[in-house]
Amino acid sequence: MDAGRDVTETMVGFARTLRAAGCPADPERVRAMLGALDHLDVLAPADVYWAGRLTLCADPADLPRYDRCFAAYFSGATARPGRPAPPPPTLRRTLTDGARPPAPDGADDPEVGTAAASDVEVLRDRDVARLGAAERAEVGRLIALLDAATERRRSRRFEPAPTGRPDPARTVRETLRRGGEPAPPRYRAHRTRPRKVVLIVDVSGSMGPYADALLRFAHAAVRSGGRSVEAFSAGTRLTRLTRELRHRDPDAAMAAASAAIPDWSGGTRLGAELKEFLDRFGQRGLARGAIVVIASDGWERGDAGLLGEQMARLRRLAHRVVWANPHRARPGYEPLTAGMAAALPHVDDFTSGHSLAALEDLARLIGGGRVRGSAHARRAR
Amino acid sequence: MAHIRTTAASPAELAGLLERHAYLCDDGLATACFLALRMGRPLFLEGEAGVGKTELAKTLAAVLDAPLIRLQCYEGLDASQALYDWDFPRQLLHLRAAEAAGVTDVARLEGELYHRRFLLARPLLQALETTPSVLLVDEVDRADDEFEAFLLEVLSDFTISVPELGTVRAEAPPAVVVTSNRTREVHDALKRRCLYHWLEHPTFDREVAIIRRRLPDAAGRLAGQVARAAQRLRAADLLKPPGVAETLDWAEALVALGARDLDPGTAAVTLGTVLKYREDQQRVRAAGLGALLDGG
Repeated sequence: MDAGRDVTETMVGFARTLRAAGCPADPERVRAMLGALDHLDVLAPADVYWAGRLTLCADPADLPRYDRCFAAYFSGATARPGRPAPPPPTLRRTLTDGARPPAPDGADDPEVGTAAASDVEVLRDRDVARLGAAERAEVGRLIALLDAATERRRSRRFEPAPTGRPDPARTVRETLRRGGEPAPPRYRAHRTRPRKVVLIVDVSGSMGPYADALLRFAHAAVRSGGRSVEAFSAGTRLTRLTRELRHRDPDAAMAAASAAIPDWSGGTRLGAELKEFLDRFGQRGLARGAIVVIASDGWERGDAGLLGEQMARLRRLAHRVVWANPHRARPGYEPLTAGMAAALPHVDDFTSGHSLAALEDLARLIGGGRVRGSAHARRAR
Repeated sequence: MAHIRTTAASPAELAGLLERHAYLCDDGLATACFLALRMGRPLFLEGEAGVGKTELAKTLAAVLDAPLIRLQCYEGLDASQALYDWDFPRQLLHLRAAEAAGVTDVARLEGELYHRRFLLARPLLQALETTPSVLLVDEVDRADDEFEAFLLEVLSDFTISVPELGTVRAEAPPAVVVTSNRTREVHDALKRRCLYHWLEHPTFDREVAIIRRRLPDAAGRLAGQVARAAQRLRAADLLKPPGVAETLDWAEALVALGARDLDPGTAAVTLGTVLKYREDQQRVRAAGLGALLDGG
């Protein structure tokens, strides 16, 4: 640290670096950090480290980011205050870069500039992998408007209600309140709470053309479902995206999500990912009684046996397991890939999610509704 | 606002005080506790089950020589269970007594009815009224998000307003420890009010030290063997990796059996103290209990 530089200035610059890296270092937290430093030794690196970590982080996922920024900032290697951090790569770039691996069937060339005045009704049923840039933007806008409000489940708790079962406690309290005069009986009914929904979006190379639309769908679900919806990306590393996707603006949320996902367009280790999800989140409660939606083509590079095992485990925890495979909509599709075949026996609803209409169906599924013309039978093989 | 005074002038000193009460913590946690006390901010602790979140609050209470007031959160927790409630039966009794005594001053009687002594203090109010005190809000992720809203209100100003009585203000805000197991995301506004600390499983050396400190009866080799086995179990990809609490249970069970060494035989009969899932036990047994103990 330069001796001449003000502590406050240095730390505010550090907080800015952190914000750019995705930590929630907002002004109130920065104030708390400066307050913490008052009680510690500003010149001791360990004290500065802990003062910042305790006040500027809010999630275990922030800790590695914090460590990186701390090392970089205080060694003076990068990111001086005043120089804005480079903008995180955006999703669009990832999707349209030449480096993108070809889609499995080779039919992914965007038909550039054909979309100008496409009718929404026409767009609804088009496969999102075959859209031009303008059409894709339009579909993205429409997905953001989807209402994926979640189904409600009955809670074990009661709440006062105008009718229902008698509520002895409240009736007696009311009677006591009136000094023992009989009071009209009170009633109670089970509360309802939004059912939890977990979306796991495969962002591996083979899902490339669909990942953007599906993440936008996840954004719409997280925005409309409040705190009962959680979103993750899977590929080679499981990433929790709920916080990134909570951003109001779809494009900002997408940018934040793509910055957070370390394994864009990589391979798929779905079985291992699912295991990690269940170990770290699912079993502790996230998947219990939840509707779990897995959006993936089931191209498993790892062990399909592990995927089957973990799907069985998920099935025991979750209320319903929905699998959205965009390739399912292709004529003549058969679930032949090893991963898909291993997973299917443990799936309640097998749907597609390849077009706006299909995503609307998915939203309806999450809302507890039934879907037109979808194969609903639980598959037993 | 005056905060709870500690005699500790630095995190290291506080760590020493905690150690005297048999709680061993690292620099990060010591700094977190020190700042929480100095800045009067709640400490928000997250981490795997069994890493010593609740225990920390208990030890902190012992160090500060203050009562520990615990609010265990659960779904459906509401204000009348967390803040305060009026004691209707006693109010009624008071009325009857006044009637029998022939009190005619109605206005005074009414005033008396909403006296502090008819107010039942629940944990949050209790903590504000007790100085000094340590308030433990345990497993806040189990409560509903509405509860977080009024917890936030209490923790920002350390006041509770009772409409009939007025505002209750803490003389000195209690030391507050909020724990969460991350079954759901706690609202950011609440976290922002707090110092956030993620508790890791202890390192091997620290775990040995913890076992020795807690169980002086554990023979020198036993503590090391149990800690090493626990570290290996944590790396073994189990449904529920053992926390420090389980390690201590395990060591205690071995001490109670009079074991001087952890060998496959004693490990087999005591495995239930450290692994609580049948799948985990099967998995470890299948891999061979010897694998846990090698190289000790």
